[in-house]
Amino acid sequence: MNAQRTVLELADVTKVYPGHPPVHALDGVSLTVSQGELVGVVGPSGSGKSTLLHVIGTLDRPSSGAVRIAGHEVSALSDARLSAARSRLIGFVFQQFFLVESMSALDNVATGLLYTGAGPLERRFRAFEALRRVGLGHRVGHRPTELSGGEQQRVAIARALVNRPAIILADEPTGNLDSATGAATMRLFRDLHEGGATIVIITHDRDLAAGLPRQVHIRDGRIESDERREAVAAR
Amino acid sequence: MSLSVARRAHATDGYAEIGTSKVRFVELLRAGFGSLGQRPVRTALSALGVTIGIAAMVAVLGLSESSRADLEAQIADLGTNLLTVQAGSGFGAGDATLPEDASASIARIGPIESVTGVVTLSDAVLRNAEVNSEATGGLQAAAVDLSLLTTLNSSVAEGEWLNAATADFPVVVLGSVAAERLGITDVGDGQQILIGDQWFTVVGVLRPFPLAADLDRSALMGMGAAETYLGADLNPSTVYVQTDPRFVEDVRGVLGATADPENPEEVEVSRPSDALQAQLAADSAFTSLFLGLGAVALLVGGVGIANVMVIGVMERRGEIGLRRALGATRRHIRGQFLLEALALAGIGGLAGVGLGSAVTAVYALSQGWRVVLPLVAIVGGIASALAIGAVAGLYPAVRASQMSPTEALRS
Repeated sequence: MNAQRTVLELADVTKVYPGHPPVHALDGVSLTVSQGELVGVVGPSGSGKSTLLHVIGTLDRPSSGAVRIAGHEVSALSDARLSAARSRLIGFVFQQFFLVESMSALDNVATGLLYTGAGPLERRFRAFEALRRVGLGHRVGHRPTELSGGEQQRVAIARALVNRPAIILADEPTGNLDSATGAATMRLFRDLHEGGATIVIITHDRDLAAGLPRQVHIRDGRIESDERREAVAAR
Repeated sequence: MSLSVARRAHATDGYAEIGTSKVRFVELLRAGFGSLGQRPVRTALSALGVTIGIAAMVAVLGLSESSRADLEAQIADLGTNLLTVQAGSGFGAGDATLPEDASASIARIGPIESVTGVVTLSDAVLRNAEVNSEATGGLQAAAVDLSLLTTLNSSVAEGEWLNAATADFPVVVLGSVAAERLGITDVGDGQQILIGDQWFTVVGVLRPFPLAADLDRSALMGMGAAETYLGADLNPSTVYVQTDPRFVEDVRGVLGATADPENPEEVEVSRPSDALQAQLAADSAFTSLFLGLGAVALLVGGVGIANVMVIGVMERRGEIGLRRALGATRRHIRGQFLLEALALAGIGGLAGVGLGSAVTAVYALSQGWRVVLPLVAIVGGIASALAIGAVAGLYPAVRASQMSPTEALRS
């Protein structure tokens, strides 16, 4: 594996929402993320970080500029191709978890492969592997309501991992968790990062981001600073 | 074009291909049914409209088919080759009777199987001399040819029919209604009734005549007896004619002139089975009306499904957003919601077919009919439920698929 390979590349990306006056949610953002990086995108609410997540996640198209994910220029792709890109290249983790109440943890994780065309056996097998990776191998049959908040978020993270995406995007992953569980969740992200995963975490919490090896600060749709910490001290 | 090809070639160099989003049909089906199963009460209530509509349509079709089968069996049983010839009430026709030799003339027509003249008598039919002679209870006396039972395909219920000997004696056979009104159930012990001022002995009771209800209310005697004891003129008021079934219309055409050559226009010729045929036609008019009502109920059911689906789409924005994030295309979302609407309507349709069949069976059996469930009602019922589901689901499904992923995920 070439650690220097670029997984995500944004070149002068803007996103303008029409209105009076128009809102420049992203105003010329350029960002490169290499394979295996763990990046925190930090900014206050209204800074444009959610828009950035949507654009990176191909859920939204930029008004101008280029977005390249795992070598694919996505701003030119059709809606169906963007969906395909999401099914294979990107894993999402949301603040609200978005788990299906009526499904077991295993089946929830298996939905991460639903739109890849994988068969049910393969989906469940890989879901089990992913649950083991997040330390929930012993709770595969539990429903979300039978799990703690931290466990639910782990299930959601396993779902994001299960399609072996080029990049994992986490949107305020600790926003609904207490600080101890939040810290445990961040440790899980760091473990996955050490295992080689490329992860971008979006948060408004500076303290949370402070423990990450790379922090991109965003304000008013522009990147304010982009700092790398060479040696990550174990916190 | 060439530029984009070059770019893609460069882009995919060493990277994974994007490919296409694929989902198994069974997964979409499972998603649709799964969501219905999670809200059983809502599912049942929203399918109810379709259930009622389909049940109404299936029951209407089933009941009309069952009653039609019953009526058709009756008609087949009675035959459509019975014609009646009656004296009409044309101008100058004093008392409405046919010439005395009408029966004999008619019998000479080629394709005739049996002819019976009926002479209506004006004498009152009474149980005994104590009864007020006005209180006849709607009964009448009539003199008939002995061929009556052959011509009308009937038989005696009790006792015996007239014969060549008893036709000339004061002996009567009662129609079914007449026997009931006179309170005569047993003919063994020679009970007598008063007709005019002459006592007649009852020797038999007939089965009902489905095609000649007048005879059910009559006390029937032979022509000879009427002439001898009541001094009646033997001009028939009605002649029943059974024809060869192949020549019914031909015979019908010549009956008037044959019965009364002098005044053929005053003769009314009719076919009693036409009344039953008319009943068939009337039934189908009712069937159309109720089918229309069923269709309205179905339509309302469809609106109900559309309504519930629209609400469901709004409530499940998070799920839609998640599915889009997991790689579902607009088509997948549209298909999922469309299948859900189809499943909802299909469940309603199946329940409706079951309910409608049950209603048909219970009612038909209570009427003593054969239970007929037309295939077109069952297949058509399910098909129209699915069609209404597809129409009702289209708008919500399109709306769900058009929702942008970012909007769906915002909550």
